[in-house]
Amino acid sequence: MNLNESFRTAFFNLTANKLRSFLTMLGIIIGVAAVVTMTGLGQGMRSQVVGEISSLGSNLLTVIPGRARQGVGSFIRARGSASILKYRYFQELQEMYLPGIQAMTAEVNLFKTITASGENTSTQVVGTTPDYLEIRNFTLQSGRFFNNYDMLHTRKVAVLGNTVAQDLFGEPSQAVGKIIRIGKTNFTVIGVLEPKTTMGQDLGNQVIVPLSTHQQYLGGSHYLGSITIKTVSQEDLDTVAAMVEDFMVRKVGDPDAISILNQNDLIETVENITGTITLFLAAITGISLLVGGIGIMNIMLVSVVERTREIGLRKAIGAKPRDILFQFVIESSLLSIGGGSIGVVLGTLLGKVMVRFSQGTFSLSPGAVALALSISLAVGLFFGIYPARRASKLDPITALRYE
Amino acid sequence: MVSHNHHIISVRELQKIYRIDRIEVRALNGVSFDIVPGEFVAIMGPSGSGKTTLTNLLGCLDTPTSGQYFLDGEEVSKLKENQLADIRNRKIGFVFQNFHLLPRLSALQNVELPMIYAGIPRHKRHHRAVELLKMVGLGSRIHHRPNQLSGGQNQRVAIARALVNDPAIILADEPTGNLDSLTGEEIMGIFQQLNRMGKTILLITHERDIALHAKCIFHLRDGKLVRIEEVPNPLNAETIIAEIQAQKKKEKEDHEPQ
Ligand SMILES: Nc1ncnc2c1ncn2[C@@H]1O[C@H](COP(=O)(O)OP(=O)(O)O)[C@@H](O)[C@H]1O
Ligand SMILES: [Mg+2]
Repeated sequence: MNLNESFRTAFFNLTANKLRSFLTMLGIIIGVAAVVTMTGLGQGMRSQVVGEISSLGSNLLTVIPGRARQGVGSFIRARGSASILKYRYFQELQEMYLPGIQAMTAEVNLFKTITASGENTSTQVVGTTPDYLEIRNFTLQSGRFFNNYDMLHTRKVAVLGNTVAQDLFGEPSQAVGKIIRIGKTNFTVIGVLEPKTTMGQDLGNQVIVPLSTHQQYLGGSHYLGSITIKTVSQEDLDTVAAMVEDFMVRKVGDPDAISILNQNDLIETVENITGTITLFLAAITGISLLVGGIGIMNIMLVSVVERTREIGLRKAIGAKPRDILFQFVIESSLLSIGGGSIGVVLGTLLGKVMVRFSQGTFSLSPGAVALALSISLAVGLFFGIYPARRASKLDPITALRYE
Repeated sequence: MVSHNHHIISVRELQKIYRIDRIEVRALNGVSFDIVPGEFVAIMGPSGSGKTTLTNLLGCLDTPTSGQYFLDGEEVSKLKENQLADIRNRKIGFVFQNFHLLPRLSALQNVELPMIYAGIPRHKRHHRAVELLKMVGLGSRIHHRPNQLSGGQNQRVAIARALVNDPAIILADEPTGNLDSLTGEEIMGIFQQLNRMGKTILLITHERDIALHAKCIFHLRDGKLVRIEEVPNPLNAETIIAEIQAQKKKEKEDHEPQ
């Protein structure tokens, strides 16, 4: 008997008892559906977070003073003195023209009260260089960003984040050309950024001014909050990070006084965390697959007893133990892979519906689907083999006489 | 050992001993006989005489404790499980007392079953099964299931199934046991017809009326073959059916006078 015939026989037996076949598959269906929904949501979460990290600008290295703690996104905070990172270092680093660096920018941040046309708001005022816009992946909604000329002449110009513009002028498009007061100094608004949020954080709540102007009128300090470096490609991140670290340690003297945050590490951390969550969910739901498998074994054992006479007859007319074994193993495998396929469809639908009613994305890789199906097939094979062996070992004489 | 080419079955000193705890039951105690092709043998004996044991051995469903069994020139008494399955598939056609048809399969599918295990392609199977169902008189009922057919019709399906792989012998174990006498006679008629076409038939029965349709009767007692009885003039099933029908007709007329 060839495999093709075994399949036909097994398929015939399953379709002859549809309700029972369906009920037998139910455990696997629920198990696989749960796995698919969970991993789909997990993978969706991961790609969302990774996407948001990249939306901050891609291929970035950030040098900050103090020891950085491991964290996600903008929750990374350095501990230690702020008076470490000198503006001079940034200039020297820029003049070294290290290979692999595409652009770099420096930032100073101060919290200030801003007033304009009777409204006032408290927000972060960032002093930085013209490259900031490109490196941090911001886009302008109206007006322009400041340029090197503005920097050189320490002009009192400001670019507003969308939220700030909204708070001060009601309509962001009205802001360009207006005067705002930061601390005790008047600034002219020359541009407004597009709204932007990342991981629930509003990036529109800031005012950006030239670094030179910031130093002269707002803080007076020559220390930087951070230096951000954009590399030519992702592969350059690690080598550039090493070179910059080398440079900084030489300047500062104490390797613990500064930290270099590598976007690669950050993404890796996120992937590790979400990977662990996904694995955990998959493990829990995997247990339900096990239960489904035991259900299949149970029904197959009952089926073998019920069909004792059939097995006896098949053997009497020439079925070999192998033929009987295949017939039953194929039956249980069809049940489990059928249940698995229904489960994948059901789980995908469920995941998509859940995403529709809440935040997040659902993304299921073909690999995960293949894994879910192979696991269900393995469950069917594993739990089907014992009943099938029992069937194949039945003695035809006793089996034929079985009542 | 002498050649057994001219015998379809050749059995030498066949023994089957069952051991239950320390008690030995000699179900078959040294049985020897030869059967030539085209023979029609009935095996008779009282309960416990070893009929079923002998049938199981001749049907290759079991192996003897000792002795030899040649089937169609091949010694089968020492074969392993898979080889025995092959022999059962190709050389033996079983007909059972309770038909043993698979209830969910149609007559056609039931008849095709042995050919599936013989690895015969589908279109050939279909063709051959239809041909045999026609031969046993069920050409118009090939898609019926066992529960849609009468006992006699089911036994015809079983006979068709026994014949599909063109076996060397037909082994029929009480084939008329579950049938009324007229239907039983019809089934015996089919066996006699097959025998006339050259098939070798072994029939196990405890009814002498049925055994007398065969050409010779093997009498078993206490696991031994005690007598081989030639039947000079076997009963002809067709004649008996005609008699029974005439009888019935007469009874009917007697009961309903104009
Ligand atoms: N599987 C078995 N185990 C033990 N003893 C058996 C078995 N099968 C048959 N016997 C014994 O062998 C003898 C012959 O039995 P059997 O071949 O069934 O005779 P018959 O079919 O003529 O009634 C009986 O005494 C029976 O009890
Ligand atoms: Mg018996």
